[in-house]
Amino acid sequence: MQPTTEETQQHAAHGAHHEELGFWRKYIFSTDHKVIGIQYGLTGLLFLFFGFCLMMLMRWQIAYPGKPMPVVGEFLQKLLGDEMVNKGVMLPDLYNAFGAMHGTIMVFLAIVPVAFAAFGNFVVPLQIGAPDMAFPRVNMASYQAYFLGGVVMFFSFFIPGGAAKSGWTSYSPLATLADMGHHPNGQTFWILGMVLLITSSLLGAVNFIATIIQLRAKGMTWMRLPFFVWAQFVTAFLLLLAFPPLEAAAILQLMDNVAGTSFFLPTGLAAPGTTTPLPISGGGSPLLWQHLFWFLGHPEVYVLILPAMGIVCEIIANNTRKPIWGYKSLVYSVLCIGFLSFIVWAHHMYLTGMGTKIATFFQTTTMIISIPSVIILTCFFISLWGGSIRFTVPMLFALAFLPMFGIGGLTGLPLGFNFTDLHLHDTYYVIAHFHYVVAPGTIFGLFAGIYYWYPKATGRLMNEFWGKVHFWTSLIFMNLIFQPMFAQGMAGLGRRMYDGGVTYAGADDPAAGLVGVPQWVFGMNRHISWAAWCLGLAQIPFIINFFLSMKKGKKVTSDNPWGATTLEWQTPTPPPHGNFDKPIEVHRGPYEYSVPGHDGDFTPQTEPDKR
Amino acid sequence: MDDKHAHDIKKHLKVYIGVFVALLVGTIITVAVSRVNLGHAGNISLALIIAVLKAALVAGFFMHLVSEKKPIYTILVFTAFFFVGLMALTIWAMNDSPEQTTTTGQAPPAHAAPAHHVP
Amino acid sequence: MDIPYVVQPREDTGLFNAKVGIWLFLASEVMLFGALFSSYILLRVGSMNWLYGEAKDLNVWLGTANTAVLITSSITMVMAWASLKLNEFGKFKAYMGATILLGLVFMVIKAFEYNAKFHHGHFPASHTFYAIYFTLTGLHALHVLGGMVVNSFYWGPGSKMWKTDPVRFTNRVEIGGLF
Repeated sequence: MQPTTEETQQHAAHGAHHEELGFWRKYIFSTDHKVIGIQYGLTGLLFLFFGFCLMMLMRWQIAYPGKPMPVVGEFLQKLLGDEMVNKGVMLPDLYNAFGAMHGTIMVFLAIVPVAFAAFGNFVVPLQIGAPDMAFPRVNMASYQAYFLGGVVMFFSFFIPGGAAKSGWTSYSPLATLADMGHHPNGQTFWILGMVLLITSSLLGAVNFIATIIQLRAKGMTWMRLPFFVWAQFVTAFLLLLAFPPLEAAAILQLMDNVAGTSFFLPTGLAAPGTTTPLPISGGGSPLLWQHLFWFLGHPEVYVLILPAMGIVCEIIANNTRKPIWGYKSLVYSVLCIGFLSFIVWAHHMYLTGMGTKIATFFQTTTMIISIPSVIILTCFFISLWGGSIRFTVPMLFALAFLPMFGIGGLTGLPLGFNFTDLHLHDTYYVIAHFHYVVAPGTIFGLFAGIYYWYPKATGRLMNEFWGKVHFWTSLIFMNLIFQPMFAQGMAGLGRRMYDGGVTYAGADDPAAGLVGVPQWVFGMNRHISWAAWCLGLAQIPFIINFFLSMKKGKKVTSDNPWGATTLEWQTPTPPPHGNFDKPIEVHRGPYEYSVPGHDGDFTPQTEPDKR
Repeated sequence: MDDKHAHDIKKHLKVYIGVFVALLVGTIITVAVSRVNLGHAGNISLALIIAVLKAALVAGFFMHLVSEKKPIYTILVFTAFFFVGLMALTIWAMNDSPEQTTTTGQAPPAHAAPAHHVP
Repeated sequence: MDIPYVVQPREDTGLFNAKVGIWLFLASEVMLFGALFSSYILLRVGSMNWLYGEAKDLNVWLGTANTAVLITSSITMVMAWASLKLNEFGKFKAYMGATILLGLVFMVIKAFEYNAKFHHGHFPASHTFYAIYFTLTGLHALHVLGGMVVNSFYWGPGSKMWKTDPVRFTNRVEIGGLF
């Protein structure tokens, strides 16, 4: 029998007796993993929205090149200066800065913090039956480093010359040459921000791994861990071992920018817009930056997707009311993905002119890594078979994750082969591909997680009706944005172009045998932009629902409103400092739903065997 | 702390001193060898071999790696593997550039290069 | 509930929490310096005009002396930890003090080396060799500095813990020493 909320609130009040912390210690400088998780979540969601706003502005320039931005044009000109906005028109430098910062913010300041740090912090210690993370103060430092990194990135918009303009990948030598007139420039800020973010991730990763290895409750063996914990465990290893090479590369690029070294600058490099060689010692290798960047960059993709898979797994098991199909296959698959993700990185670099042998190696590993991903997805699909599915809001998002991630993953296969990649690589096809993985993929997973664990964090449910409105509108507009981009890309529309590619429109010259990009491709630019702005509107119900439900949402009637088996639902609601009010002992696997011979349709992990 | 424990530590102290001497000797050899010409490759490999040995001594004894527990080994084995992967694959990729396509006098396909652009 | 295994090792892993943490951190350091060394090798092998022998303008004797200083400081660090294990707090203070002092000596010698380079007109921008030299030794110096700060804490204010929680303090010193 589950304890009622009245009982648990008494527990919570009781638990709060021995420590009365002030507002600052409790909410700002907290060492409690749940508070830190929520801090990460709120900050990350804020950056998610900010990054999305940058893109909504860019979509105006793509859809209506050279027209003044409505509503915000004047304001942006006042805010960012005449070098960035002229008569309300976004200038190329600002477009480049927004593009680079959209990528940076979405990956490093929004998705990773929400998917890995926020959910990981809030849920993992609860799911393994731990009182907190292994190193609470390191945990706090991790959030503070992340916050500082975010501040540095944000303020780089307002320095002379503006934010970094060389893409989220910051390829050298462009990154060093893009803004040579200003010192320190946006790129220097970008590097400093990244060093802070990398430090934060390293601290977080060390903490997560140590916590999962050391603080599992009695009886919580490795094969009884919920899949979400496994996903976070592998993610933490990816961050731990893949980020340092980027940190090394960032330090070297910083030296290039600030101390005038030539780590990534080749001999004979000319100053921008001229043919005079730069006064540098030369001898550096631009390719080296790409190797070091993508050594992080590819594992980073799995850092983005694995936590979402973990969330989806929890929710599918809970809402199909049956055990997840192939738990062991899931665990071994996620371990395989983690291992293989370190040796596929150069498939981002086919365009650099690789030799056939090394290209064959990376094509092979890339194809192999798709196998465990397909196994995971297949397990989820089979888990739906014969379940009595409850179509709750979290379940809707989790269900939508499956085909969305499927599209994203399968469209990646042509990019894994170098001969098809050569055609598609610099087009909108790539944009569509990775956004299907991350936007309707991971972000839907995150929304699912927010709706699912919200009652545990606040004691109240989010509104079901507005949740469904949020879901259906988001699903429709996401697809209206990214589906046409596949067509645009295959038709040859290049990405990263300031004017949405209209420069290519004139290239159509039948007499010369030149075929330009057909007109319908540019027409799609406008449809996509309108869909993007509608997607922005579709988030309003979520934002209102999120904040209003804290005060007005329906109160949960038990600590376990979804009838779930895993340990986080065995705590009081919201869990007090130290989490569990009784010693926890685990007796069974994580997904024992509808097991014959048991009362009810779920058996919590803590329930001892009757025999 | 029990006596047996203290005895163990005392035994360790002797090992530490031995390692210390070995490290100093290694350093001296490195410097000495750099004065002798063994050929470019010879000098570099010898210096690297000594450096690896020294690092192994420090990690093994000063950092107690010889008597560490299994999870630590597991973590380090994976790290070593990925480190080797990073280094080897990058070097391989940098040294494997596409073979030069030799023109054999055949005209390129018409659509590949607009002919009238060539003067 | 308090966090378990802060001091005593967990039965199935045989490790206390911080031990796992510091080795994980060291694993990430392996990757950091691994990437830097990889870059060094690649830039060196790919270079058309690398500096060899005398052209490098390195002072071998200062470098050797500094290596010796580092090696000595590593043994005093181990000795400091072993003294705690043997319950000899006075010896710990002496060894730890020596470790910190040796770190300081290292930094001073390093400063002389840098100074000589600057005087001869060698800067990171002069040549990729010097770029790597300054970046790698600079990062290493930062690590030494970090170690000195932590060790000074153990030597000074942090050593109070010896009275309240000796095992935890011994562990702490071990963790700091590993770094």
